[in-house]
Amino acid sequence: MKVLKLVSKNTTRHLLRTLLTILGLAIAVMAFAIIRTSVDAWYAGAEASSPNRLVVTNNISLVFTLPLAYREKIAKVDGVTGLSWAHWFGGTYVDPKNFFAQFAVDHNTYLDLYPEYLIPPQQLATFLSERNAVIVGRQLADRFGWSLGDPITLTGTIYPGQWEFVIRGIYTGAEETTDESQWFMRFDYLDERMRAEMPPRAGQVGSFIVQIADPSRAAQMSATIDSLFVNSLAETKTQTEESFQLSFVAMASSIVTGLRIVSIMVIGIILLVLANTMAMTARERVSEYALMKTLGFRPIHILGLIFGESLFIAGVGGVLGIGLAFPVKWLLETNVGGFFPVFTIEAITLMLGIVASLAVGLVAAVFPALKAVKTPIVDGLRIIE
Amino acid sequence: MLLVNYSYKNLLARKLTSILTVFGVALVVFVFCAVLMLSNGLRETLVSTGADSNAIVIRRASQTELQSIIFRDMANIIKADPAVARDTEGRPLATGEILVLISKYKRDSNEPSNVPVRGVTEMSITLRPRFELVEGRMWQPGTSEIIAGSKVAGSFRGCGLGETVRFGMREWTVVGIFEAGGTGFESELWGDVDQLMDAFGRPVFSSITVKLGSPSEFETMRARLEGDPRLEVEVNREKKYYEDQSKFTTVFINAMGLTISIIFSLGAIVGAMITMYAAVANRTVEIGTLRALGFSRTAVLWAFLVESMILAITGGLIGVTAAAFLRLVEVSTTNWDTFAELAFSFEMSGSIVVFAMVFAVAMGLVGGFLPAVRAARFRIVNALRTK
Amino acid sequence: MSRPFVQLQNVNKSYWRDSLEIPVLNDVNLDLPEGEFVALMGPSGSGKTTLLNLIAGIDRPSSGNVIVRGQNVSRLSEGDLARWRSDNIGFVFQFYNLMPVLTAYENVELPLLLTKLSRSERRRQVETALSIVGLADRMKHYPNQLSGGQEQRVAIARAVVTDPVLILADEPTGDLDKVSAQEVMDLLSRLNHEFNKTIIMVTHDPRAAEKAHTQRHLDKGVLNSHESPQAG
Repeated sequence: MKVLKLVSKNTTRHLLRTLLTILGLAIAVMAFAIIRTSVDAWYAGAEASSPNRLVVTNNISLVFTLPLAYREKIAKVDGVTGLSWAHWFGGTYVDPKNFFAQFAVDHNTYLDLYPEYLIPPQQLATFLSERNAVIVGRQLADRFGWSLGDPITLTGTIYPGQWEFVIRGIYTGAEETTDESQWFMRFDYLDERMRAEMPPRAGQVGSFIVQIADPSRAAQMSATIDSLFVNSLAETKTQTEESFQLSFVAMASSIVTGLRIVSIMVIGIILLVLANTMAMTARERVSEYALMKTLGFRPIHILGLIFGESLFIAGVGGVLGIGLAFPVKWLLETNVGGFFPVFTIEAITLMLGIVASLAVGLVAAVFPALKAVKTPIVDGLRIIE
Repeated sequence: MLLVNYSYKNLLARKLTSILTVFGVALVVFVFCAVLMLSNGLRETLVSTGADSNAIVIRRASQTELQSIIFRDMANIIKADPAVARDTEGRPLATGEILVLISKYKRDSNEPSNVPVRGVTEMSITLRPRFELVEGRMWQPGTSEIIAGSKVAGSFRGCGLGETVRFGMREWTVVGIFEAGGTGFESELWGDVDQLMDAFGRPVFSSITVKLGSPSEFETMRARLEGDPRLEVEVNREKKYYEDQSKFTTVFINAMGLTISIIFSLGAIVGAMITMYAAVANRTVEIGTLRALGFSRTAVLWAFLVESMILAITGGLIGVTAAAFLRLVEVSTTNWDTFAELAFSFEMSGSIVVFAMVFAVAMGLVGGFLPAVRAARFRIVNALRTK
Repeated sequence: MSRPFVQLQNVNKSYWRDSLEIPVLNDVNLDLPEGEFVALMGPSGSGKTTLLNLIAGIDRPSSGNVIVRGQNVSRLSEGDLARWRSDNIGFVFQFYNLMPVLTAYENVELPLLLTKLSRSERRRQVETALSIVGLADRMKHYPNQLSGGQEQRVAIARAVVTDPVLILADEPTGDLDKVSAQEVMDLLSRLNHEFNKTIIMVTHDPRAAEKAHTQRHLDKGVLNSHESPQAG
């Protein structure tokens, strides 16, 4: 335990250097946590998905639609307990940069399938009774400063023209992982205008959402649904909500892989900074270690000194970095929230950050420790620098 | 700057520490370059996809061809515009095309992604002078045959020469592979426009591309077509249209990458600071001696700044050189502006090299400044007395 | 006696430690003619090194004047002082203070970097200086490849390479064995005789002091008024 005292004395010997090292480590661990969190953000959709929901889309690709008429056949499939549909609207709010997800949904059924969107009953009632009503997520409303009763105009990219809406509801998420950045409008509002202006485009939906009672039957039910429409003009692809969401992640797999590589490189930076400090320390103290050996200290004591110091610095840096990650995450969330609807630091990220910094602490001490143990006493004493 | 040799030799004397610091800077510069090269590569690929003399017409406010619909009667009005160039037989150099996305599985990851399928006419190839069939042959009219861009052929299952790919209730045989000068077209499947309209049940064009008689006629044609009440279209130079498709993704990559680079650089700066503070502390007597010999505070300040900048510039050069090898790497990812898979390469440019080196020097300056100031502020008498 | 070359007028110097004033030099007056070789002697803490630092302009007196060749050193600004030092003063330290990363040649060249000399002119002067100290064959050696005596001779070469009028030596033999010390002292005498350098040397080695023309004694900050000329 005497060694412990020496460790703490040694770390404060070059206080500035120790502080800088800790700062460097803290920044890198913070970066590690933030990067991992933004990787997690890609998976947030999949994470939040329910095993009780299947998504039916056009087999060709997402840009193709399905006839609304399919709903009758799908509803009759054994095991289906609920059915709704949604359609990507893709309007522009003022400027194309203000991108957010807009779905035209069946007002009667859609929200029943998504109990995680919490809406005050009064607001829901208005949504059901007014054709141009929309419900938006809390985060989206905050982003543009919308409140109940605000009239909003979108310019259609897929559906030409100006579209007028009124904000009638603001939902919040039941879970922390719930996406609060969506916009739900009524499908009938879109469909009736299409029927009048562009009849071939009416009665088409982007996806059906199927609620099933027994998640273990998901694969078999998906196959059953797809078999109903095989060899028709619009073949279907049915998958669980999770794999549907994961297919979006797959599209960005290069970016996600890039982020993963970068998060490992951050660990490299920590290693460089700490190894540098430990190398310096070891060089300065060669004669001290030699002296300790002369006094009868065994190599294990000296190893304890060096590893102790390295691990101490790494540990403090790691904890500080984790601490820093939260305010930085909050900053990012409020400034660039548009990119990532859900941005939550997970416990595993925190643990990995600490583990990584301690591992780095061990590795950084290896060379200096070997050198200190191997240097013969006589050589060590001779170096006066 | 008198003491450059002294600064340089001190770095050589502390090999391990110098190398670790140089690597720190190199790593940051590498990441910085990689990010800029990635967004530059994406942008360059799309910019080169468009030709200066071409203009593209899509439905107003639809942003991309995918959302656009141009009916046949509208197409005829556009093709008849006097600004459109004509061939020797008097036919307008204009082509109506259909563009849709199909979801296909990638060869390496076995995960689905969206491949753009373009229905084209004979005239389409005239309008894209870089188009070149490199393997196989063109499709036979009236059959379910298609040709694949070289990037698609390599990376998607069923899209190689002789393979078949299923969409629109038909099996399509890939009978040819084409290149298009590294442009975005190489990430597309091309087939006969009438066959594809039929298969997808969409008897409408997505866009009309025209060759201008003279590039200067663009503005008058644009005013004419956009003002025509029968059309409801917007007209863009082809180059501008494709460049705009890189916006969202490049902004995303840049914002993400620069944030990461800046955080990384803080780590490298701290590393440089530690190194330089240690250098100053170990050489207190030397600093006193230099001052006693008649070197000014400024000369000492520079000696340490130069030392730090040599570290940074070396790191910068290593980082840039390593990043230059990324040009050999091809990336294929979804372009979020179009939702379509696009293949491109990391692309270096002169300004990226300059940015990266400025970034490296800035790291060296920031990391070296405080330690250098400390060195310059020593009182000679005290410095000489240190043992 | 010619016009005073180095003149100290009523020089006082004290340091402050917290609020406690520690006097180091007490009303020191000194006149040295050009070409003098004086040994400053005295016990540790008597203020010898401080006196040397004041003459070199790397420290300032609390009161009084330090005048070298008619120039009041204590009135010069920081930047002028640095320039003045490089033009007029050659410094020799007890622990040589060579730059470990530079070769003997580069160490000697160091002060010349402050001059406007061309590379070839610098080379000529460095070679001359090193041959005066008898180390022309060790130019490419690093300090840690030289013996203590050799290191000190390199330091002397560095002190004379700019051809300064005044050489200040702080315990130049303090860290050397007898033989090396002898060599260094012979060298300093030669610089005094042959090259007419004025030398002020701090030492408490009586054998070294014997080589000087005069010895002055400092005790508790007071310079003894009488000179003790040496035969020699």
